[in-house]
Order: sequence, then C-alpha cells, then structure tokens
Amino acid sequence: MMKCTADPPVGLGADSRLALSASFTTARLYAVQHGHIRIFGRDVGHASSEALRMVGVVFQQRTLDLDLSVIQNLTYHAALHGIGKHDGCARAGDVLARIALSDRTNDKVRNLSGGQMRRVEIARALLHRPRLLVLDEPTVGLDIKSRADIVGYVRRLVVEDGVSVLWATHLIDEVSDDDDVIVLHQGRVLGHGSVSRILEAADAQDIRTAFTRLTQGADAAIEAP
Amino acid sequence: MTAELAAFPRVTGFLPVQYAICLKGIVWREGLRFLHQRERFVAALVRPLVWLFIFAAGFRQVLGVSIIPPYETYILYEVYITPGLMLLIQLFNGMQSSLSMVYDREMGNMRTLLVSPMPRWFLLSSKLVAGMAVSLPQVYTFLAIAWFWEIEAPPFGYIAVLPALVLSGLMLGALGMLMSSVSKQLENFAGAMNFVIFPMFFASSALYPLWRVREASPLLYYVCKLNPFTHAVELVRFALYCQINWISLAVVAGCTALFMVGAILAYNPSRGFLARRGEPGGGT
Repeated sequence: MMKCTADPPVGLGADSRLALSASFTTARLYAVQHGHIRIFGRDVGHASSEALRMVGVVFQQRTLDLDLSVIQNLTYHAALHGIGKHDGCARAGDVLARIALSDRTNDKVRNLSGGQMRRVEIARALLHRPRLLVLDEPTVGLDIKSRADIVGYVRRLVVEDGVSVLWATHLIDEVSDDDDVIVLHQGRVLGHGSVSRILEAADAQDIRTAFTRLTQGADAAIEAP
Repeated sequence: MTAELAAFPRVTGFLPVQYAICLKGIVWREGLRFLHQRERFVAALVRPLVWLFIFAAGFRQVLGVSIIPPYETYILYEVYITPGLMLLIQLFNGMQSSLSMVYDREMGNMRTLLVSPMPRWFLLSSKLVAGMAVSLPQVYTFLAIAWFWEIEAPPFGYIAVLPALVLSGLMLGALGMLMSSVSKQLENFAGAMNFVIFPMFFASSALYPLWRVREASPLLYYVCKLNPFTHAVELVRFALYCQINWISLAVVAGCTALFMVGAILAYNPSRGFLARRGEPGGGT
C-alpha cells in the first residue's frame, strides 16, 4: 500500500520493476498480482477513475507525441481528463510559465531538448491538478543542469502547492536530508522513514553508504539462507 | 487514513460534456497524426489505385460480370471491385492503427491514454472511432480519383455510403484491436498481412462475385459467405447504389458489437488475455 504525505517521499530502488509508477500503469493495464495500490485510500484496481483523478504520472519512457506541438500535447492530455480546450489552454499557459517554457508553446516537441521534454511531461502531469505526482526516474539521461532544474522545480511544487510527490530514482544525490525515503531492493522494502532514520538503521554517515549497506546486507541474506 | 479521505471529497462519474471533450480530443489527435504522416496517406491511396488501374484493367477482359444486385446494368470490372478496394483501405487502416497502438512506438501514447480517469471502455471505443474517422477521408479521396476514372455511383450514393463506411470502419478497427490483444503472432505487420489481411480480402466478394466462386469451389463459397469482410463489402456496395443489404447490415453490426466487446474485455486486466501475457511490451 502506498501512503502519501505532503513531504516528498523518495523511492530508492535498485530494481526498476519496483518503481511505483511502473506498477501503477501495470495496475491499469494488468491485474495486480499481489497486494493493492491505493491512492489517498482509493484502490487503483477498483476505484481507478477516482484514483486516477488524483494522480499525475511521469513515465520513465518518453510519452509525448513528437510531431505535435507542446500546446497540442497538453490540450490532448486535458481532453483525456474531460477538460475543454479553453480551460485546457489556460491551464497549459499557466504550467508552461512555471517551468519557464512559455516561449516554446507552439514548437514541435521533436525540437525540444531532453530536459525540456521532461519538463513538458511534468507540466502535462500537473494539468488536471493532481494531489499526487508520481515520477519514474525522471532525470535519467539528462545533463547536470537539466537534472538540477527538474529536481528544483518539483521541490518547489511540494512547498508552494502542497503536491505530494513520489520520486523513484537510482540517483542518490537527488535525496535531500529532509526527504522521506523508501529503500526498495529486489521487491522488498529495506528501509522506510526520514533520511536520519535510514542512516541510523544502517549505521551510516550518508545516504549513499546507507543504501549500499542495506542492499548488500539483503543480498547476503538471500545468498546464505 | 480516515482524515485523508475526509479531506478529499469523493468525485465520481463524468458529465456528458466531459465524455464529448475526451472523444473529441482523441479524434483530433488521431487526425493531427494522420496529417503529419503524409507517406501513410499516399501509401493508403496507392494500394487500391494499383488494383484499380492495373489489376482491374488487366482482368477486365478475363472476368465477365453479369447483372447482379445492386447493379442494374452490365458493369465494368473496375466498377465491381471499387467497393472492395474502399474496404481494403479501411482494412489496412484498421490493422495499422490497432496493431501499432499496442506494440509499436505508440506504446507510450497508450499509457497516456490509460492513465486518463475516463472508463476504459470509453477510451478504447473513442480510439476506435478516431481510427475509423481517419479512414473516411482516405476512402473519399479514392472515390474522387475513381470518379475521374469514370467509376461513377449515383450522386446520393456518396452520402448514403457514409454510414456503411462508419460501421465497416469500426468493425475492422475493433477486429484489429482484438487481434492485437489476444495474439502474440500478430505483433508485426507482416504477420497481420499474411494471416488476416490477405485471407480476408481474397476470400470475400471484393474481387469476384460469389456466384463465380461457387462454380469454382463450393467450400470456398461458404468460407466467403462466413467472412465478415464479404458482408462489409456488400453493405458498402449496396449503400453506394442507395440500397440496403439487410443481411450484410445485420452481420456487420453484429460483428462490430462482438469485436468491440471482445477487444474491451481483452484489455481488461482482471479478465483479459493481457493479464496472462506478463510484462507489457516496451518494458516496465
């Protein structure tokens, strides 16, 4: 079960199949084999419509239509949520301004850089004003500045708009000290809590060491039954 | 948890206008994509035109077509195969959009579609409507070119054929969607060509009247009779001459409903074939 608070929980997973956004789509496309995914108490399997209204998803794989313009991609997504063109355009203008891409509104997505595409995808996930934003390794393959921009933008969303964020990543430097962290490894939760609590449990000085110790400990336990 | 639930009032259901917006959005996007893929449009037109200009011209002398309904006079072979070629456009269109929908680069777009909170059956039906809508301008462009080739239907026939094309387009799109979700063999287009498009097209009344087929092989005649594509061709053929072939209408409507329900169920994770197929194509 997934419980969200207003703090950004960060999922550190060495196993990408466990990235929750992946299981999230899987839940819509495929039956969840074990357990449940609930978003603010609404089951993705049974009350999928209610659950999906409250969540915005940024997939690891690029899902923008490259031949369409930025605004066309955004209004299409708005339409999928039953938001009309007028309202959709207004919201799109609003989110594009916030990610500093207003000047690219009518450009084809194909002509954007990788980091800009990612920002458009985050903007798209926010169009229907979800309470939870799920990002599956959103910074993979981006340069350092683009990564910093995206992390900064999402952190601002948490502070300014109170959006909950579930951020799945392998990149440990994206974790900051006041984050709520879930350490996932081979399908198991190895640690859950504030960074200080994880450090304490792993008896480590920094989160990188803690992650290594936790996952190596788990591997050793599996290898020596 | 209770406090969280209380904080967010339940929002269920959608207004009819929201369904309309969603449908319009999906059709609009499919249309835009179609406009951006000019090669697809050209390919879709060249295919039936090759049949019309070369195949039909060559076979004009070989195949004599007697007077059969809906025709009231002797017709040229080109005139006979025109409805079949209109359906060929829709058959390719249906297979192309549905097959690519799941396995091709559209995988990403399918994900965006399915994270919409709208009901799944509505999203998939809208996708089918969009695919069908895209086939219509292709068919009418073909008809316009055929008109210059002196293949002329009654003027009202061009309007009367529209509902028939809508139904046949939905049937073929739903068939493609159903196939793409139940069979692993049909992941690539070549497989679909060999196992679906060619058999459906050739074992039908598209290229030759069924009474001729009966003379050659009674077994093939019954196969053609059972082929829904035959009925789609006949429905369109009659509609183009302002008539209704009731049996074909019933078969096409029935098959459309059957394929659509099948496709929607096959996409249902708790019951469908996808549940047993493991990981989604395109990775996690």
